[in-house]
Amino acid sequence: MDARRMSRAVPRVRQVGFFTPNTPAQQPQPQSAAPSSESPPLSDSPASNSLSPVMIPPPRHLSDNLGGRTAAVPVPGRENSGELPTVGSYNPSESVLWLDSPPRSRIGDVELSEGAESSLGWYRRSDSAKFASSLPSGGFNLSTAKHPESVAAVEAKNPLPEQSEAQKEQASSSKPLKAKTTKAERRALQESQRAAKAASRAQANKSGTPGGASSSKPMKQPPQKKDGPPVASSIAASERIGVDWSVEKERKKDLPPPRKQFDDESRGGRAKRRSVLNQPEARNRVELFRHLPPHKNGTQLPYLGSKFFELHEKHPAVYKVGLQYLAGDLSGGNARCIAMLQAFQEAIRDYSTPPEKTLTRDLTSKIGGFVSFLIECRPLSMSMGNAIRFLKSRIARLPLTLSESEAKTTLCSDIDRFINEKIVLADKVILRHAATKIRDGDVLLTYGSSCVVEMILLYAHELGKQFRVVVVDSHPMLEGQKLLRRLLVKGLSCTYTQLNAISYVMHKVTRVFLGASSIFSNGTVYSTVGTASVAMVAHAFRVPVLVCCEAYKFHERVQLDSICFNELGDPDAISKVPGRVDVNYLDNLTDKQKENLELLNLKYDATPSDYISVIVTDYGMIPPTSVPVIVRGYRKEYLLI
Amino acid sequence: MDFQVVVLAGGNSKNLTPLVSKELPKPLLPVANCPVLNYVLHQLEQSNLKDLIVVVEGEDAALLVGAWISGTFIDRLHVEIAAVPEDIGTAGALRAISHHLTAKDILVVSGDLVSDVPPGALAATHRRHDAAVTTMLCSIPVSGPLESGSSGGKDKAKKLGRYNIIGLDPSKQFLLHIATEIEKDARISKRILHAVGQMEMRSDLMDAHMYAFKRSVLQEVLDVKDTFQSLKEDVLPYLVRSQLKSEALLNRTPQGEENSNEKVSSQNNQAFISRILANASTPSFHGIYSENPDGSSSTRKTHKCCVYIASSSSYCVRLNSIQAFMDINRDVTGDADHLLSPNNIIGPSPKLGTKTTVGPNCRLGEGSEMGDKCQVKRSIIGRHCRIGSHVKVVNSVVMNHVTIGDGCIIQGSVICSNVQLQERVELKDCQVGAGFVVTAGSEYKAESLAKKEK
Repeated sequence: MDARRMSRAVPRVRQVGFFTPNTPAQQPQPQSAAPSSESPPLSDSPASNSLSPVMIPPPRHLSDNLGGRTAAVPVPGRENSGELPTVGSYNPSESVLWLDSPPRSRIGDVELSEGAESSLGWYRRSDSAKFASSLPSGGFNLSTAKHPESVAAVEAKNPLPEQSEAQKEQASSSKPLKAKTTKAERRALQESQRAAKAASRAQANKSGTPGGASSSKPMKQPPQKKDGPPVASSIAASERIGVDWSVEKERKKDLPPPRKQFDDESRGGRAKRRSVLNQPEARNRVELFRHLPPHKNGTQLPYLGSKFFELHEKHPAVYKVGLQYLAGDLSGGNARCIAMLQAFQEAIRDYSTPPEKTLTRDLTSKIGGFVSFLIECRPLSMSMGNAIRFLKSRIARLPLTLSESEAKTTLCSDIDRFINEKIVLADKVILRHAATKIRDGDVLLTYGSSCVVEMILLYAHELGKQFRVVVVDSHPMLEGQKLLRRLLVKGLSCTYTQLNAISYVMHKVTRVFLGASSIFSNGTVYSTVGTASVAMVAHAFRVPVLVCCEAYKFHERVQLDSICFNELGDPDAISKVPGRVDVNYLDNLTDKQKENLELLNLKYDATPSDYISVIVTDYGMIPPTSVPVIVRGYRKEYLLI
Repeated sequence: MDFQVVVLAGGNSKNLTPLVSKELPKPLLPVANCPVLNYVLHQLEQSNLKDLIVVVEGEDAALLVGAWISGTFIDRLHVEIAAVPEDIGTAGALRAISHHLTAKDILVVSGDLVSDVPPGALAATHRRHDAAVTTMLCSIPVSGPLESGSSGGKDKAKKLGRYNIIGLDPSKQFLLHIATEIEKDARISKRILHAVGQMEMRSDLMDAHMYAFKRSVLQEVLDVKDTFQSLKEDVLPYLVRSQLKSEALLNRTPQGEENSNEKVSSQNNQAFISRILANASTPSFHGIYSENPDGSSSTRKTHKCCVYIASSSSYCVRLNSIQAFMDINRDVTGDADHLLSPNNIIGPSPKLGTKTTVGPNCRLGEGSEMGDKCQVKRSIIGRHCRIGSHVKVVNSVVMNHVTIGDGCIIQGSVICSNVQLQERVELKDCQVGAGFVVTAGSEYKAESLAKKEK
C-alpha cells in the first residue's frame, strides 16, 4: 500500500509524449533539487501538490484593457510565467517550439491526477486555480521549486542502487544522450529500476510509513488504494504475448495505477455495470490517453440493435438519437444538441408520472438515464452538457402546483425556446456580426465543416459580397467535402486543400473563420482536431482568426491542453484510407507487430486564446478574454428563462 | 418502442403438400417435435415483444393455431389471432388486418422463419435511418443433407432457381433492387443507378421475410395498390423501385404533422433547425438526389429502403419447402440447437429394446417405444411411436403416433403422424402423408405418398 503510493510520488509514472513502450520511463529530475536529501517540511508537500503550477491561469495579452480578467490574473502571475515556462502559459513562440518538453509533461501529469482524484475535479480545479492566482508571486516560485524537491526527497529515501541513480542523473542532465542508449543499456536500467522499486517496497513494508511527504497523501487518493492492479494496464499487459514482453509486463505491473478518469476501477466498474454496450477492450491504446473513454465503433451497433426491444425504458426517440450518435450519422455540436433536445421533448410528451412519485424527481432521474445512455453512445459535447443542465434546472424549478400536463407543456415550450433562442436566433445574430467582417475581395479560410461558418459564408454571399473561400480539410472525417459541396451548389468560388498544405494557402488568406465545440473561460477554444494548427499558422501569418460560436457552448471550465478532456475516435479509421485499396501498408502486419503499434485518433484539440483575434458570439464580437464575463452572465440568464 | 408485430403464420402450404393437411396447418408443423411457429414466437418473446398479431389463413387453421398458442404461451404472450381467407397472399393478409395497426412502425415476421437473428437489430436499423421499409437479408443456407450421397438430386435442382437478386448500395445499407425469381432481364431504374453511382448485385443473400414497415407507408400502399398480393413480390419491389420518385402519398402524413404549427416564424425556425440537422448528418444518396441543383430542399420526395444483413454466423432459414424442412430438422438438432426453446426438452426417455442404438443429433419424443436392434441416426422421432425391431432410421423425421413394422429401412424421409408402415418397408427420400398405410415389403424411392382425398 505504502510502497505504491510512494512510487506514485515519483513522477516517473506518466510518460508524456509518444514514447515507445521500451524506453525507460525517465522523467528528468531537476538536478538542483536532488542533492538536498534532508526532507522538506511536511506541510510543504501537500501544498505543492494542490498548488500545481497548472492551476495558474495563463496570462493574457498585454493589453488587458478589457478588464475581463483583471480579477482573475494577478500581475505577478504574468511575471512568473515569463521566467518559468513550466507554468503552462501558452506563449506563442514557446508553444510552437515545444514539442514534448518535460516540464509540460509534468503539468499534464498533475492535472490528470487532479481530475482522477475526485469526480468534482473541475470544480476543485477552478477553486484551486482561484486560490493559486490570489497568492503573491513568492508563492509561485515556492511551489514550483518545492514540488520537485519533495519528489526528490521521496526518492532519496529509497535506497536506490548506484547504477540507476547514475543513469538517471545522466539521462536527466544530458537529454540527447538518452536517445543513444542501446537496447541492452535500457534493459539493464529497467532491471535496476525494478530491483530498486522492489527493494523500496520491501523496506517500506518493513519499516511502516516513513512519514514525510508520503504520509499526507494517502488521504487524498483513497479509491485508488483499493484498486489492485489497474484495469487497463493489466489488460494491455495480458495482451502482450511472448517471452520478450515479460519485462514490459513486469514494468507495467510495477507502474502505479495511472490516474484515470475512465479507467479508475471504482468508476469504470460502475460504468460497466450500468452500461448497455459492451466496453471495447482497451487494446493498443496510447498510454497518455487511456483515461479517455474508448471509442465505441460501429461494431457495437448490431449489439445495441439486438437489445432494441429490451431497453424499453429508453424512449424510442432517445434511442434513435443514441443510435445515430453511435453510428456517426449525426455529428456537429449544434445538430447533436438539437437532436437530443428534440428527443427529450418527445420523451417528455410521452411521459406520465408513475403513481406515488413526483414529476420533478422522477423525470429528472429519467432524463438522467437517457443522458447516461447517450453518453455511452458517444461522449457528450459541452453544448449538450449545458443544454442538459438547463433542462434539469427547469425541471427542478417547476412549481409544485402545476398539473402534470401543464408541467409537460411548460417543459416542452422551454426546450423549444432554448433551441430557438440559444441556437437559431443566436446563429442569426452571429451571421449579422460576422458578415460585417467580410469585405469584397476577401479570401476566407475555414476548417472542417462548421454549420455556423457555413451559414455565414452563404449569408455573405447572399448579401452580394465578393469573396473566395478556402476549405481546409483533414482525414479521416473529410467533413470539409460536405461543406464544399454545399458551398459549390450555392455558387461560391472555393479552393479545397488538406491540412498539410495549410502553410502554403495561408499566404493568400485574409480572414480565418473557425467553428468551435466549446470555448472555455480562459479563452481556449475546444474544437475539431486540427483547428489549433490552423489557428496557429494563421497567427504566424498575421491573419485574423474569427471563431464563431454560440454562447450556449461556453463553459466555465479552464483547460490548457487537449489531453485531460478529449474524445477518442475510431483508431482504425486513421490507419485506413477509404476507397484506396492500394494504400494498405498497415493491413498485413502480424499480431506481434501490431502490439507495437498504438493508434491515436483524437477528435478535439484546444486552441490557446493567443491565436484568436475575436470570438463572434450572439452577444457580439468579443475578445477571448471576455469569455468569463459571458459565462457568468449567461449562467444567471438561463436560470431566469 | 412503438412497434407492432404481425406474424404471418400462413395456413396450408402447397410446397409442403404431403406434410401439412387440414388437421395440421403449416404453423403447427413440428420441427424437432415442436411447432415451427414456436420458434418465431419464442424469438419474439425473448426480445420482449409480447403483444403480437398472428395472422392465419383459413378459419379452421386459425382455431387450431389459436388453441395451441393459448395452451403454450398462456400468461406469457398477448396474442391476437386473426383469421383471413386463404390465398389472399401476404399483402392481402396485412390489408385485412390493416385497421388493427396503430403503432408507428410495423414489424412483419413470417411464421415459418427459424432464426436466431434478434428482431431488435432490424428494428434498430429501421429507426436509425427512419426508413420506409427495412428488410432482413441473410445468407442462403446450405441446403441438402450433410452427406451428398444420400440426397436426391431432385430437390437440389428445385432449389437452384429460387434465389433472390439483390442490389445494394456500396455501404450495404440501402436496398436498390430486388427480384425474386431469376428472369431473363432485370430492370433497374436508371434514376437510382445514377443517384447511387455504384450498385452491388448479390445473389448470395436471401430475403428472410422479416420486414419493418413504416405504418403510414404500408397502409397507403396497401390501400392504393389493391392488386398487390404478396409483400415480397409486389409491395417490397414497388417500394424499392419508387424510392426516388416516391409519390406524394407516401410523405403526406409526416408533412401534415409538421404543418400543424401554424405560425410562420416557427416554421422558419423549423426549417432552420432541420437544415442544421440535415447538414450535420451524413447524407445518403436520397438526400443528395432530392436536393435541387440550386441547393434548396426540393419537391422530390424520397423514401429509404434499408436492409439489415444478418451476420453469416447467425442461423436463419425459412421453412418453405420439404428440403428446407429436412434441413431445419437437421440443424436444429445439430449445429443450431440453441434455437430449441426450453419447453422443448425431451420427455421421459423412451423405451428402447436391447442392442438398439440411438446416434447423436437425434431427438426422441416421449412415450415412444423401440424394439430390438434398431438404429437411429440423425433423426427425429415424435411422441408415442411404436417401432419394431431391426428398424433403421437415418436422416429422417418421424412424427407422432407412427407405427413402424419390423425390418423397415427409412432414409431421408418424412413420415407424418398416424402413418403405419408394415413389415420390411424400404423408404428412401420419401414423404408419407398423415394417416397413410404402407403395405408390407414395398419399396419407394423419392416419392410422395399421401392418402387420397375422399
